[in-house]
This record gives sequence, C-alpha cells and structure tokens, in this order.
Amino acid sequence: MKENNNKVLKRILKFTRPYIGYLCLALVLAVITVSTTLYAPVLVGKAVDLIISEGNVDFQGILPVLLCLGVVIAITALSQWLMGLCTNKITYNTAKDIRTAAFNRLQIVPLKFIDSNQHGDILSRVITDVDQISDGLLMGFTQLFTGVITTLGTIVFMLSINFAITVIVVIITPLSLFVASFIARRTFNMFRLQSETRGELTSLVEEMISNQKVVKAFGYEKEAQSQFEEINLRLQEYGLKATFFSSITNPATRFVNGVVYTAVGITGALLAINGSISVGQLSAFLSYANQYTKPFNEISGVVAELQNAFASAKRVFDIIDEESEEPDSPDAFKLTEVDGSVSLKDVEFSYRADTKLIDNFNLSVKPGQRIAIVGPTGSGKTTIINLLMRFYDVDSGEIMVSGYPIKEVTRNSLRSMYGMVLQETWLKTGTIRENIAYGKPDATDEEIVKAAKLAHAHSFIRRLPQGYDTPVSEYTENISQGEKQLLSIARVMLVMPPMLILDEATSSIDTRTEIYIQKAFARMMEGRTSFIVAHRLSTIKEADCILVMNKGNIIEQGTHEELLAKGGFYADLYNSQFEM
Amino acid sequence: MLKLVKYLKDYIKETIIGPLFKLLEACFELIVPLVMANIIDIGIKNNDTGYIFKMGGIMILLGILGLVCSLTAQYFAAKAALGFGTALRNEMFSHINSLSFSEIDKIGTSTLITRLTSDINQAQVGVNLVLRLFLRSPFIVVGAIIMALSINARLTLIFLVVTLFISVVIYFIMSSSIPHYKNVQNKLDRVSLLTRENLTGVRVIRAFSRQKDEIKRFEESVDDLAKTQLLVGKISALLNPATYTILNAGIIAVIWFGGFSVYGGNNTQGEVIALVNYMSQILLALLALANLIIAITRASASAIRINEVFAVTSSMNEGADFSQKNINNSAPKVEFRNVSFSYNEAEEDALSDISFTAENGETIGIIGGTGAGKSTLVNLIPRFYDVTGGEVLIDGINVKEYPFSELRRKISVVPQKTVLFSGTIRENMQWGKKDATDEEIYKALEIAQARDFVDVKPEGLDTVILRGGRNLSGGQRQRLTIARALVAQPEILILDDSASALDFATDLRLRRALKILAPKITVFIVSQRVSAIKNADKIIVLDNGRMVGAGKHDELFETCAVYKEICLSQLSEDEVKSQ
Repeated sequence: MKENNNKVLKRILKFTRPYIGYLCLALVLAVITVSTTLYAPVLVGKAVDLIISEGNVDFQGILPVLLCLGVVIAITALSQWLMGLCTNKITYNTAKDIRTAAFNRLQIVPLKFIDSNQHGDILSRVITDVDQISDGLLMGFTQLFTGVITTLGTIVFMLSINFAITVIVVIITPLSLFVASFIARRTFNMFRLQSETRGELTSLVEEMISNQKVVKAFGYEKEAQSQFEEINLRLQEYGLKATFFSSITNPATRFVNGVVYTAVGITGALLAINGSISVGQLSAFLSYANQYTKPFNEISGVVAELQNAFASAKRVFDIIDEESEEPDSPDAFKLTEVDGSVSLKDVEFSYRADTKLIDNFNLSVKPGQRIAIVGPTGSGKTTIINLLMRFYDVDSGEIMVSGYPIKEVTRNSLRSMYGMVLQETWLKTGTIRENIAYGKPDATDEEIVKAAKLAHAHSFIRRLPQGYDTPVSEYTENISQGEKQLLSIARVMLVMPPMLILDEATSSIDTRTEIYIQKAFARMMEGRTSFIVAHRLSTIKEADCILVMNKGNIIEQGTHEELLAKGGFYADLYNSQFEM
Repeated sequence: MLKLVKYLKDYIKETIIGPLFKLLEACFELIVPLVMANIIDIGIKNNDTGYIFKMGGIMILLGILGLVCSLTAQYFAAKAALGFGTALRNEMFSHINSLSFSEIDKIGTSTLITRLTSDINQAQVGVNLVLRLFLRSPFIVVGAIIMALSINARLTLIFLVVTLFISVVIYFIMSSSIPHYKNVQNKLDRVSLLTRENLTGVRVIRAFSRQKDEIKRFEESVDDLAKTQLLVGKISALLNPATYTILNAGIIAVIWFGGFSVYGGNNTQGEVIALVNYMSQILLALLALANLIIAITRASASAIRINEVFAVTSSMNEGADFSQKNINNSAPKVEFRNVSFSYNEAEEDALSDISFTAENGETIGIIGGTGAGKSTLVNLIPRFYDVTGGEVLIDGINVKEYPFSELRRKISVVPQKTVLFSGTIRENMQWGKKDATDEEIYKALEIAQARDFVDVKPEGLDTVILRGGRNLSGGQRQRLTIARALVAQPEILILDDSASALDFATDLRLRRALKILAPKITVFIVSQRVSAIKNADKIIVLDNGRMVGAGKHDELFETCAVYKEICLSQLSEDEVKSQ
C-alpha cells in the first residue's frame, strides 16, 4: 500500500515537472514566508519583555521593535500572496495535463476498451477524480509544503532561544505524526470504496437519464429509483466511514499539540523561575509551540485529502496506463493510393474468446466493385466493418488492401481510404458546417454546400434559422434522426475517399429522399470499392456482388439475378417479402 | 443553499449534537491562555512549582475533554452530511424522473448528470464543514473577545475593530469570487460533454483520423477551465495575507496600548501575553472560517445549480380522478381529434389538425418523409408530450385524464433508438412487467423473432448484456426491445421505426407472429418501408405535419399522390400490386 502510494505520488509529481520554475519560486517564497512568520513572535517577545510592571515600561525601546514588526508582517503577507499564485498555477495546470493525458489515451486505446467499459465510469474518472487530485495537490502545496518548512524553521528559532525546551517539543511531536499516519492508512481503503461506489452510481445515472424515454415508456421510474437508492445507500455508508475516519486526524493531532503546549508551558515556567529565560521568550516559545505543531495538524488534514487524491489518481492512471492499440509497426507506411482491391484470407475473429463469431472467412473484392452484405441480423455484418476499418484486429488470417496487408500500413492512412456512414449517427458538438467538414477541416464554404447538396441535406439546413451555423450535438433535438443521417452522409461526400463503407446508412432516411441519395451514392460509388450493409432491395439489386451471410460465414455469393436463380437462402429471403 | 436545508430533516439530532460538541471543545480551548497567564503571573512570580504543575495538569485535562468532544462532533457531523447528500441525491434522481421530455430536452442530460453527482458532492462537503466549523469559529472569536473584555475593556476595542475589518475583507473576497465558481462548474460541464461525446463517437473520430483535432479541442477546453480556475485562485489567494496583516496590526496595537495599561498599573505582563494569545486564536479561527467560506462558496454555487434543477417542474399533471368505469369499450381504441402539436410555441406546428381512429386489434401504418411528424404523432399517444390543440383519446377517455401508470400500462413503445440496459436479458425483459415468468418472456421473444438467438446463448435468459447492448448486433437489440415491449402485455403497441435493422424476412415473420399470437393488440407501425405497412388495416400518410391520406394500400395507391410516390421509390409496379 505504502509502496503503491509512493508510486502514485511519483507519477503525480512527474506531471508537475513542466512547472518546476513555479515550484522553485513557490519554495523560495515559502521559505521567506515561514521565516518572517517565525521572526514575528521573537519581536513580540522582545516588546513584551520591555513591558515589565507598573511604571516600568520602556516605550522608547518598544517603538522601533514594533516598526520592525510592521515591516516583517508586510513582507510575510506579500510573499504569502505570491506563493498562493504560484501554487494555483502548478495545481490547475497539472490537473489540466493529467486530464489531457487521460483524454489522449482514450484516443489510442483499442475500441474494445471503450466498448466494454461503462462510459459513465470513464467519465467520472476524467472529471471527478481529476478534480479530487487537483484539490489534493492544492492542499499539498499550500499546506504540506509550508508545513514542513515551518517545522524546520521553528526548530532553528527555538534552538536559538533555549535548547531544553526545544528537545521536549521535538520529542513529543512525532507522536502526532504517528497518529496521523495510522489513521491515514485506515482511511485509504474507505476512500477507494467510496470512489468506486461513486463510479457505479454515475454509471447508473448516465444510463437511466440518457434513456429517459424508455424509462418513462415502461413506467420504470420506481425500479430505477430503488436501484439508485440501493447504490446511494452504500455510498452513504462508505462515505460516512471515509469522512469520519479522515476527520479524526485533526482532533487527535490537536490533542497532541495541547500536550506539547502544556509541556512547553511547564518547562518554560520552571526555567523562567530560575531565570534562564525571560517571560517574553516564554511567550515566543508558546507561540512557537503552536506554530510548530500546527503544520502537523495540517499535514494530517492534508494526508486525508491526499489519500483521497491518491485513490482518485490511481483510477485516472488506470486509464492513462490502459494498453493502447498495438501501435503501427515502425516500418508501417502511409497508404496514399489504393487500387480498390480488398481481400480477406482465412479470417477468424471473436469479441469474446468463448464465442467464435467469424470463422474461416474468405473474400476477394476487385477494384470498383460494390459489395452488398446481407443476411439475418447477428450474422456478422457489422463485425466485418470493425475488421475492415481495423477498429478490431483479426485473431488470425489476413486482410489486404490494394495488395498490402493492412497490418503493414498506418491505421490513419488505412481509415482515410474509407468513407464510412454508420447506422448510429454521431454528430460532434459544433455547428452543422463544422460537422460536414469533419473529415476536411479546411474545406471551403462552396465545398461544404456542394457536399450538403449531394447528400440532399442542403434544403433542410437552409430552412434552419441559423443555416449552416446552427449548433448541433449528438443530443440535440432540433434536427431529426433522418437529418442527422443526411449530415453524416454529407460528411463523407465532402472527402470522397476511394472506398466506402455504408452500414445501413439509409435506414432512417425517408423513402422519398432515399431515391435521390441512392443516385448520389451511385455517383459516389462510381469506380469506388464499396461495402454496403444493406436491407433495402434497391441497394442490394444494384450491387456487383452480394454476400449473403449467416452465422459469421458467407454462405452465398453472386449478383441478385444469379442468387435468385440459385434458389437458395437469398432467394428465400427475397421472396419472403412479398409472400403475405 | 438554505433551500437545501430541509434534506437534513432526518438528521436533526446529529445536526444539533455535532456543532454543540464542537462548541464545548472550543470552550476548553479558550480557557487555556487564561491558565497560561496564571502560570506566568502567579506561578513564575511566586516561584510556586507546585502551582505550575497543577495548572499543567488542568491543561492536559482540558485537552482530553476537548478530544472526546471533538470526536463526537466529527462523527455526528459526518453522519448528518452524508445523510443529507444521500437524501438529496435520491430526491433529485426522483425529481429528474418526474420531468417530462420537454424539460429534460431543455436542460440537457449531461448537465443533469454532473449536477446529480459532482454538485451534490460539493454541497455535501459544504454541509459537513459547516456543521464542524461554522459555529465553532465565530464562537471562538466571540469567546476570545469576551475573555479580552474580562482582562481590559478598552483594549477590547482593538479586537472589535480587527474582527470588523477582517469580516469586511472576507465579505469582499467572497462576493467577488462566487460568480467565478459558477463559471468554473460550467466549464467543467463542457469538458465532461467533450469526453462523453468522444466516447460515443469513437468510431467516427477514428474513421476520419481526427484524434489529434479532438485532442486539440479538448485541450482548449481544459485550458479555458484552468484559466478560470486561476482567476478565482487569484482572488481567493488574497484572503490569507490580507487577514494576516490586519490581525498583526491588531497585535502591534495591543502591545503598544497594553504597554500604557501596564505602565498605569491596570494590567500585568502575563495578561498582555494572554491578550496576544487571544488575538492569535482569533486569527486561527477567522482563517478557518475563511477557508470554510471558500468551501461554502463552492457549495453554494453547486447549491444554486442543484436548485435550478428542482426549480424546473414537470409541465404535465397526471389525471387525478380516473376511474376504470369511465372506460368505454365501444369507443375506438385510439382516437385523434383535430390534434395539433408544436415542440416550441414559437415554432411552426409539427402536426396540425390530425384526426383518425384506430379500432381494437387493428394495425395502423404510419408513413411519410423525414420531418413529416411520424414519431411526433405516436409520441402523443403515451403522452410523452402534450398536444397543443385537439385531443387524444384512448378507450374514449382523454389521455390527460389517465394517471401515468395506467396509461403506460396500456401502451408499450419500441423507440427508434434501441436501448438496452446493463443486466441480464431476463432483467431487461422484466422492465415492463416485474414478475414476468420465463414462460411469458419466451412467448414475447418468440413473437419478436428473438427466441432463436437467445436460445443459442449458453446462458440463455441469464446472458449479460453489456453497456448499450454492445455484445449484440443492431438487429438483435431491436428484436429484444420489441420483445421487452411485448412482455408488458400492452393493449397498444407502438413500433416507432423499430424494425429498421431487421431484414425483410425477419420483419415479415415478426409482423405475422404479432397478428396471430397477439391479435388483440392495437399496433402502430411507423416505418419508412412500404412493405412493412402495406398490409396494415389503415395507413396514415403524413407530409409536413399534415395527414394527406388515410386508408388501405390499394385505395391510397390510387388516390394519394404522396403515397404513390413513396411506393414507387421502393418497389416495382409488380411488387406494388402483388399481395
């Protein structure tokens, strides 16, 4: 556990490295702040010693001491403020960097990771947990930092006044550290449990709130509520333990302080009786006893916060450490031109080891061919897209594009050869213009409008109050599902890659525009190798080759007419439509 | 923040005990400097070692009592705060569930989620701190002032001035940073949105190789967040130095004027030291208060965001005095009477003047172009939205007169977007009917053409569905959502373009099975496919929110131009005519 924490701490510190300048500056300012803060009680003590008794007060002597005190205080305040600015800078920028690192990793992890993890949980790591780290860091810097320096400084100042009392203080105080670390160890687990349960809750909330329509339609609100309350109750339990145990630290160490204060008071008083220190010096000592132990209080408070931060950091680092996609091999080359031929040889693939999905799959596509993939649902059609785009890697066998095995070319260049329209449309937050230009951010307005026209999206876009500047996102309701689909078609129209992958692209586009789109597709597909996961007869009929899939395998292959004449699975499928 | 106090109501005992013990502890702490002053003025002056040890013993005792009180206080405060957070979360989740779609659309799901999770956490932390410290700090300030008063009334003026100044500074800093904290939360929302969006859109992003740009966009967003945080930081970093300066100015004044007081014989040296000590205690207490105020500021920014959610109330009221007796069995199952609807008052009507009836057991097909209003129309039946004109009747009763539970028991909807929840297939199937037996589930799966692939799964109904149904194909998911709707044994079934991922054969088998195995259900089929609705008892053709045709396939093909056009875009002349 301890070792783990050290590792986590080291990694957090690594993230602060770019801000080393601020870190040094903060350190210098901390030293200044601490020494002036510690010098102030000495001056107070001096002044008090000049106030002896009735009629015996040296005002001439007090004045310069007080003036000096004023200057010291001004310096303290200034450097304290500057230090605050520095630590803020370090903290917030570090949090930013950690967040960015996590996000960057999400861009290169295999899709499997994103498909198989609760989005809510990942989200809670990137948002809430990083916040927790930043809170921990801020406290760590502002308090742990100055705390350590204060402790060291106090020892020096105390030694300069009296050795015996200093020894007493130094001997008793570690007790408070012992108490603090004992508690901290106990709380770590509680915080981890709390974090995990929180993630679980976020997942549930995400699922239920994003899908309110279904929740409502089934009157499932009560069920959802009781599931929520169950997790919430556990969260309460863990939260209570985590909060309480971590909050024990403060009173416990404060008690140790009280003991230190008393010890200083008693020894100081005894020493004062035999005249080895003055009353003013005793007063300085008393305030040191407070100063000296105060950081220990804070350290333990900080330790609690840090425990929390470490637990969170571990969860964030889990993402950052998530294995990335097998990187492009070092001698992978950029695919710049393809002839459009694609072949799959003995491909085997499964999402889970225990259920084989695609088995012994062979296919050879000539340049410019239009391949319609049809078959009952669940026959492996969309899986082929995952493999062609290299979203997932085949378990065995080989996919070749233009004669090159796709494992030997860079992923980005491979993917840029395909224009893909998925069944589930996705729009990013931004304007319609930005969305259409997604594949080519530097596209001119003319190009964008042209693409929109080709996709028959222009007319509905123009009707929107803000036209091409209308903000949209995945969650917007201002445009319909069909219109979203049109936009994602326009997005591909703009880049016109040499090969196309269409996954039931037209399924929610109304039939009247569909015919135009098919014409546009036909034009786009001219000379381009295209894979179409299709249910529509018109699309299928125009294909050069139809792959009929069942249970992960191609069971028939040929043109519409050939397959009908064959009277097999496809013919059954086709005829069933008009049976009734 | 005050509005949220009611969530502490089940923890009144804890809410009182926590601060109370904190106060006790503070009292013990306040006595310590006095004891010390006695050690100096009596013990040292009289060389009385016995007295010094006695006083030392008292100080230790005070420490132990303080510890016990403090632990008690922390426990009850934590208990109350966590109870508060838990109650608030439950309430908010249930509130969100009570909102209608119009409101949820308006607020946005992603911000609802942050408010439900991270904002409530902030508020919870705030409550915990308040209970632990909010009473204690002012009490120490007041206590220290009273103690000072007992030593020297005139010097106490300095204490009052210092406290006043510090309060002003704290007020100023607080009031100028609150708006920024809200800003920070909003920026955090944006970061959260971008992350979520990237998770859902991962395929498209990678297909277009836009990872680098997405990273850039994210960086801009976190950069913006950090900038705002730094701005707030700048303001709040003033707090400690400013209060420190004021307080020490106070100490200088105490020493100077205290000097005169000792000179005049009104006070002793030990008492001046005690005064300085009290001044320091005030500083510590006020600093704790200041930190606390920052936490409260954050919490209250969150509280505002939480209250905003509670302030949105559902625009829909359930029917109150519904009685089964009013159900008219001879009335059409569903009737639309001159129904108009618009999503937004300012906008053009999404539907206007729609009238039709659907009899018990009939199949109604709804077809039309994108934006014609097909989904909108069926959304009005289970009252997902309220009509803006006319009325929708089920069994002769306006849907507004039904309680939601009754209405949605009658109706099952299979939405366009297939949604399954994490859990087993059985759990998903039981959404509509909690106690559905396996037999009932299998029957529904059979009708929905989903039995075969469920049977193949080694775990059958216990197969775990991954988030969003990732381990199933689109068609399988769609069939499961249809089966889920059937398990509820509805009187009315709405298929909102929900067979789009099915191949023709499966789609046909499904419709046929529905007809044969569940003949009493009134079915609405929204579809783009003519083949899916061709054989419906009644086809409603929509165009731009208006009903341009209603009737059977053959007559519509002859009389309705829009329908004819749709048919011919999909089928050949022969296919149109074939039965």
